[in-house]
Amino acid sequence: MRGLKLFKIRGGVHPNANKQATHDRNIAKLPVPGLLRIPLLQHIGSPAQPVVKLGDYVLKGQLLARPQGAISAPVHAPTSGKIVSIGKYQAPHPSGLPVPTITLKTDGKDEWTQTWEYEDPFQMEPAKIAEIVANAGIVGMGGATFPSAVKLGLRNRYQLEKLIINGAECEPYLTCDSRLMQEHAAEIIDGIRIMMHALGVTETLIAVEKNKPDAITSLEQAAGDHPGIKVVGVPVQYPMGSEKHLTQTLIGKETPARALTADLGVVVHNVATAYAIHDALRNSRPLISRIVTVTGAAIQNPGNYQVLIGTPVSHIIDCCGGLKNDPEKLILGGPMMGQPLPSTKVPIIKGSGGILALTSKEVPMKDPSPCIRCASCVNVCPCGLLPLEMAIRAKAGDLDGAAEYGLMDCISCGSCSYVCPSHIPLVQYFNYAKGALTEKQRAQHKQEEIKRLIEARKERMEKQAKAKKEKLARRKAEMAEKKKQVSETSA
Amino acid sequence: MIAAIFSLAILGLFLGTSLGVASRYLRVEGNPLADEIEAMLPGSQCGQCGFPGCGPAASAVANNEAPVTLCPPGGKSLAGELAAKLGVEADLSDVEDKAPQMATINEALCIGCTKCFKRCPTDAILGGPKQIHAVISDACTGCEKCVDICPTECVSMKPIPVTLQNWHWPKPTLAA
Repeated sequence: MRGLKLFKIRGGVHPNANKQATHDRNIAKLPVPGLLRIPLLQHIGSPAQPVVKLGDYVLKGQLLARPQGAISAPVHAPTSGKIVSIGKYQAPHPSGLPVPTITLKTDGKDEWTQTWEYEDPFQMEPAKIAEIVANAGIVGMGGATFPSAVKLGLRNRYQLEKLIINGAECEPYLTCDSRLMQEHAAEIIDGIRIMMHALGVTETLIAVEKNKPDAITSLEQAAGDHPGIKVVGVPVQYPMGSEKHLTQTLIGKETPARALTADLGVVVHNVATAYAIHDALRNSRPLISRIVTVTGAAIQNPGNYQVLIGTPVSHIIDCCGGLKNDPEKLILGGPMMGQPLPSTKVPIIKGSGGILALTSKEVPMKDPSPCIRCASCVNVCPCGLLPLEMAIRAKAGDLDGAAEYGLMDCISCGSCSYVCPSHIPLVQYFNYAKGALTEKQRAQHKQEEIKRLIEARKERMEKQAKAKKEKLARRKAEMAEKKKQVSETSA
Repeated sequence: MIAAIFSLAILGLFLGTSLGVASRYLRVEGNPLADEIEAMLPGSQCGQCGFPGCGPAASAVANNEAPVTLCPPGGKSLAGELAAKLGVEADLSDVEDKAPQMATINEALCIGCTKCFKRCPTDAILGGPKQIHAVISDACTGCEKCVDICPTECVSMKPIPVTLQNWHWPKPTLAA
């Protein structure tokens, strides 16, 4: 930890951490609910394809759906029980749209299935480790939910030097990573060593914000005798947990626009992902649960819980003693980048780190007033953008103009909205504009591809017409020949 | 004075000849603006604008004989782009911004006659004789050519469903 020079990142804000309600609550196991709703799209990429049928009895850890395509992840049964529905159910997503979902009626036996054979991961080929991680359905647990196996395979395409483990947990309220680091430091270090073997790197930096000294101490103790693993306390500054900004803090290089940290020779994984990788390789267990922080002033008993994937939010809130009063906002994830919950019926998925029930006191809502061009948003933008300029363009519908100001480099951290004295919904404008721009690009791409199809069809039609003509001509010639022969023989 | 007449005559002759040569060798076939507009149109030759295809429609727009709002599959966004291209003010309020549509086949009614897939300009329908046909949604432009030809009326146009992959946040409605 000592002796490592840290680099400054630009901008950022210091919101009130509000972690005191849960930071010393041990991780508790949540009772298994009667019904689990397991979405088949819990990751970035294509949805998984069900391999079980209605009425099947499944054991804990059994494969429910297999991945489809290069970027996808399988889904496993979080407990034993009967499949009672394979259909669509509301997703834990602000749109509230339905996604393919398998519903499991739990039987309370919690009986494990036979998963894959244990093998010493350090005797394995790196590709084999990535394969097991893929089979275990592990995705980025920090919220991005990108399939982790794809990131472990990056050594084939990039010259990798360092692994960075993201334990910054810069979002206010959330303490799930902090508790995991305190209670399962040894497992995390083991997961990190497996990842280092898979990636072929010799150096790992575990970055933890300095407001979590307990987590730093326990990780340092666990990492003690492993060379190449360093625990680094990083400044408390939101959005320190953004992988690009964390990389910049630690190695002093800025990730180029629209590039990956892998271009700098760095791979970033979350601490919870390291823990899941340990569980998959050492205990042969797929990813079927995660730690969730349930907090906010409207929650009766805030805490950290180990929750099975697919557990409805309402069940979790009930187990925490219910709601004290009507929450102003129900949020999945942290207060800065989390998304509003469409309802409490929706299930927890692999990327959900927190459930926040915030009162109106915690989220003072004020009507926006006109921009006074104070440039507070420019000062705090960690990406060096001009939020005020992008916002007026997004508001006027000039998406291309906003893109020229770097809209696509915005990480939607919300720092600009946080500081805006006029309460302008800046990040909301950017989320809208990014979506609309992507939609436009998708439509353009579709049009180009369709033009190609039309050309191909035209060509094919011409060829067919030509072939038909030639055939007809040949036939005519043959007929004429035959006629000639007949007339000759008869003569 | 003779010198002036002489030099002007020479100049006139020279410029006239070069203009004549240029008009011959630097000739532009068709209206270049029409080509550019054709490249912007969807190109599925669906004929919903009343012209026989995207080419004639583009030249009509270029010659100011048709409004920029003529292309139903292009919708509001295309009308806006065309208006910007031609530098005209277009009244986009009339353009019904139909959500992009795609053809769907009712499998219970499809008899596998192959009529629709022969007609599809983008090869977006897959099928064979006496096999149930299916629409490849990514290739369908929503040109509706297959709708009328179906003998069992099993092809219908439906809006492309909104999923988690193509949903995005709406514009914030709060005034500021």
